[in-house]
Formats: sequence, C-alpha cells, structure tokens
Amino acid sequence: MKEDIVDPVLEIHDLTVSYSRKPVLWDIDFSLPKGCIAGIIGPNGAGKSTLIKTIMGVIPSSSGYIKIFDQTLNAVRSRVSYVPQRESVDWDFPASVLDVVLMGRYGKLGLFKNTNKQDKRIALECLEKVGLQDYTKRQISQLSGGQQQRVFLARALAQEADLYLMDEPFAGVDAATEKAIIEILREMANKNKTIIVVHHDLQSVVNYFDWVILINMRLVASGPTQKVFNNKLIQEAYGGKLTLLTEIGNILEERQIPPREK
Amino acid sequence: MIAFWIILTGSLVAISCGLLGSFLILRKMSMIGDAISHAVLPGIVIAFLLSGNREPLSMLLGAGFFGLLSTFIIEYLHQKAKLQTDAAIGVTFTLLFAVGIILISVFTGKVDIDQDCVLYGEIAYVPIDLWILDDGTIMGPRPIYILSTVLVLIVLFITIGYKHLKIGTFDPAFATAIGIPTVLWHYLLMGAVSITTVASFESVGSILVVAFLIGPPATAYLLTDDLKKMLIITCILGVLISFFGYWLAYWLNASIAGCMTVLLGVFFTIVFIFAPNTGILAKKLKSNKNAISI
Ligand SMILES: Nc1ncnc2c1ncn2[C@@H]1O[C@H](COP(=O)(O)OP(=O)(O)OP(=O)(O)O)[C@@H](O)[C@H]1O
Ligand SMILES: [Mg+2]
Repeated sequence: MKEDIVDPVLEIHDLTVSYSRKPVLWDIDFSLPKGCIAGIIGPNGAGKSTLIKTIMGVIPSSSGYIKIFDQTLNAVRSRVSYVPQRESVDWDFPASVLDVVLMGRYGKLGLFKNTNKQDKRIALECLEKVGLQDYTKRQISQLSGGQQQRVFLARALAQEADLYLMDEPFAGVDAATEKAIIEILREMANKNKTIIVVHHDLQSVVNYFDWVILINMRLVASGPTQKVFNNKLIQEAYGGKLTLLTEIGNILEERQIPPREK
Repeated sequence: MIAFWIILTGSLVAISCGLLGSFLILRKMSMIGDAISHAVLPGIVIAFLLSGNREPLSMLLGAGFFGLLSTFIIEYLHQKAKLQTDAAIGVTFTLLFAVGIILISVFTGKVDIDQDCVLYGEIAYVPIDLWILDDGTIMGPRPIYILSTVLVLIVLFITIGYKHLKIGTFDPAFATAIGIPTVLWHYLLMGAVSITTVASFESVGSILVVAFLIGPPATAYLLTDDLKKMLIITCILGVLISFFGYWLAYWLNASIAGCMTVLLGVFFTIVFIFAPNTGILAKKLKSNKNAISI
C-alpha cells in the first residue's frame, strides 16, 4: 500500500535500479511529506543503500524519475545531505575530525574557494551538537566506531540541508548516543527538515519514525508508521522469517499498536 | 655542476611523483604508476613510427595517450567485468607492454628504439643531454626544462584540485552526492600520472619513477596524520633522497638510481621502526608500558 500526499519533499516514480543490468530495485513508487522522520526498513540486501545512493545520484537509475522539492537533484543538491554507511570509507585516511566535518561545507564552495572562519564555526557547532567538541583535532582512525558515526552525522549537519538521507546512522552506536542522535533528528524535524533513515532495529521503529518505507527489492509499503508498520506488511517485507516475525508481533502487541491498518 | 644537475633532476622527479603518489597510495592504487610506465610503450613506438624521430613532444603525446587508455581499460575491467583493481591493472599493463614489444620487433631495423632506451633512461646522462639553440647557445640539460614544466603543472593541479581530490579519495560516494565530478577528477589524476611517469622515466628510468611514486608518500604516511603535511614531508624526503643518493653513488662509484632507491628503502625502514606514533618501536613501548601499569 502507498500513501498519497500533496506537496511532497521527495517523490519517486516507478524507479528501477540495476547493477550490471541485473535489477535490484523495481516498482519503487512513493512520496514523502515535509518535516517527517522516515525509516527505510527491509532485510539485508533489500536495496536500502542502493535506494539512498540512487536518490543522491551516486548510482544511476535505469528507469523512472526522482523529484526533490519538485525539482531534479542537480537543481537542489545543496539542500540535500547524505550520510553514507560508515564502513564505506577508509578511516585510516590522514585527516582530523574537524577536516572531515569541514567536508560538509565543500558542496557550497566552488573549485577555487577555501573553507573560511564561518565554515569552521559551523563545523565546530555541529561537532558540539553530536558531543564531539573535545575530539576536533583527533585523527579519525583513533575514534571508536560510534564516534566515527557521529563524525559523519556532524558532517551532514554542517551541510545545513533541508533533506537528510542517512544510511544506518545507528549502526554500532551505544544506547545513550542513539538517544542523543534521535533527539537531534527530532529537533531538525521540528524545524521542518525531512530526515530519511535506513534502520535495522525493528523494535525501535515505532518510537523513532513518523513514517515507514518497507522495501524488499520492490516497495512493500510506504505510509505513516501506525498505518503500515504491521505484522502482515513486515512479514511481506521480510519474507516469512517466522521466529523473527512472531517476536515483532509480540513487541507490537506490548506497545498496543493496532496490528492491522484501520 | 654535474652533481647539481643530477640532484636537481632527481628532486624534480621526486616531487612530481611524490605529490601524485600520495593520492595514489591513499586510493590503494600505488601500482598504477608501475602499470602506466609499462603500458605506454606502444604509444612511444607508434609516436616514433609516425614522426620518424625521437622528438620528446610527440613521444610524450603518444605515451600520454596510452597511459590514459590503460587507465580507461583498467576502470572498465574493474567496473564492468568486476575484476579486482590489482588484477585489472596486471592484465592491462602486461597486455599493452606486450603490444609494444611486438611493435618493436616487427619494425626492427626501421626503428632506432629499444626497451632499454624507453624503460631504463639513465639519470647519470642528464647533464650531457643538452639543449642547444640553433645559434649554438647551450641552455643546459634538456630534461630539466621538461621536468620543471611537468612539476609546475602538477603543483598547479594539486593546489587547484586539493579539496576535490581529498574528498574524492576519502569518500567518493559523498563527494559525488554533493556534486563533485569524482570520475572526472579520477581521470585527471590518471592523466597527470601518465604524463609525469612518461616525462620522468625518459630521463631517470622507470625503476626510480616507481620508487618515487610510492616510497616517499608511504614513508610520509607513517609520519603524519594530516594530508597537507603528508604532501610536504613527501617533497622534503624526495629532495633529501636525491641529494644523499647522488653522493652515496659518487662515493661508492655505483648506479645513481640504484643508490637513490636503496636510500628510499633505508628511510622507510627507519621510519617504520622509529616513527613516534606508528613505528613498531613506539607500539612496542606502549604495549610494554600498558603491561607494567597493569
Ligand atoms: N556494487 C554492486 N554491484 C553489484 N551488486 C550490488 C552492488 N552493491 C549492492 N549490490 C546488490 O544489490 C542488492 C542490494 O544491496 P544494498 O547494499 O542496497 O542492500 P541493503 O538493503 O543496503 O543491505 P544491508 O542491510 O546489508 O546494508 C544486494 O543484492 C547486493 O548484492
Ligand atoms: Mg546497506
């Protein structure tokens, strides 16, 4: 099922994506309202990272179109921010925490301009938001996994965008940090920014997200969490891994979420 | 004066190669320099056959073209045929090198050229490879002019492209996402490597080129965790090695390129053992201290 909305931030129409002509995503068709925190949920290999990379233009699509703020990506690139999966880069790269966060400002600079005081001030503010103000000079390989994740988050914040796409920002992050990050995201959503998060922990979905996009190579469902995050659709997305699903059913019951859409 | 010209040549090559090599090793492509230095052979032969002389500009163009071609083939094999980068590099450069050898053997007699003069340019001959004007004025060694031009181009390329090269090396997906043309920068870098290796090994030989592409950056990488400092240390190391390498060769009456390469190895080993943070001695001391404090 799919929710139709007016004036969407992100609109994806009939999207197909393939790696060397083998389709890994098809029938992707959904829209997203402004100011929501949306979770992209699906099993490993479902194409969650692929979807985000395609939205960001890192991977080309084979058919369909994507509109952001009712425009093409190129027209609004500076308003869109991206957090890649942490394992996608080599953390032994010779750079400090501040260097990496400053990279968030590069999109706004041309080829010839350098980061200035203002950029640095913004970067430091973002580091403070994620609680890394004492680590600005630290080499990035000397950080824990969770701290590296927060560096990526700070870099995304430094982009000062209106739409954020985050690939598993909670992977390897401890509970306290996860809570701090979700607080930051909430605050941003309240300021009418839209945040899309690839997420694996089904237990926290109901608490974290206003909107859920269930995918498994094709779109299973997209809509407000209470409407689409139910047993039947989760089962459809995860393809009958029963033990897991009973567990989810129990969780849903515990939280007294209506298991079926109204 | 001989010493001066040779040390200057070594330094020019070392700095150009080191600056590019720093980005290559961070991109895990350090062997691309070796590959390119072999893959350009057909280009040199073809340029020679077409122009009929050993004029450096046409050679550089031919070689540069094949250098770029080889990086395209490597990218293609890697992206489309899903070959590992190192395998793609290996297949490509052996193939192109073989083509070059065949061309040479087919056209022997017509071609006053052999692998030796292509691959094993000799730095000791730099001072006698003079550029003489039509009126007889001696302008100094010809390679110095070529290598200085290359160095200026490379320094310009790195300073202008620094931000984009840095982010494209660290996090290509993010760089693409914020609108930086990472693919273009990749090919620009490969083009720069092609031109530099070709221009350099014509005068100093391929071994020294490959050594300067990898040695100083790898050593500098152990000494610092800041990319800018890594580039600066690489340049300083290159000059030091050229200087001491020449005098070592002079003193031992040995091959200059050989002595410079050996010195590189010595520098790297010293740093590898004694570097303040990353050296094995520092690590050992640290773990001992921990053991004691426990
Ligand atoms: N570079 C690639 N070349 C070919 N196939 C790929 C490539 N990257 C991913 N795939 C395939 O595309 C499918 C989707 O991968 P993707 O990384 O988008 O999954 P995901 O939902 O992010 O998984 P995870 O939860 O493990 O991060 C998988 O079947 C994967 O094997
Ligand atoms: Mg993924």
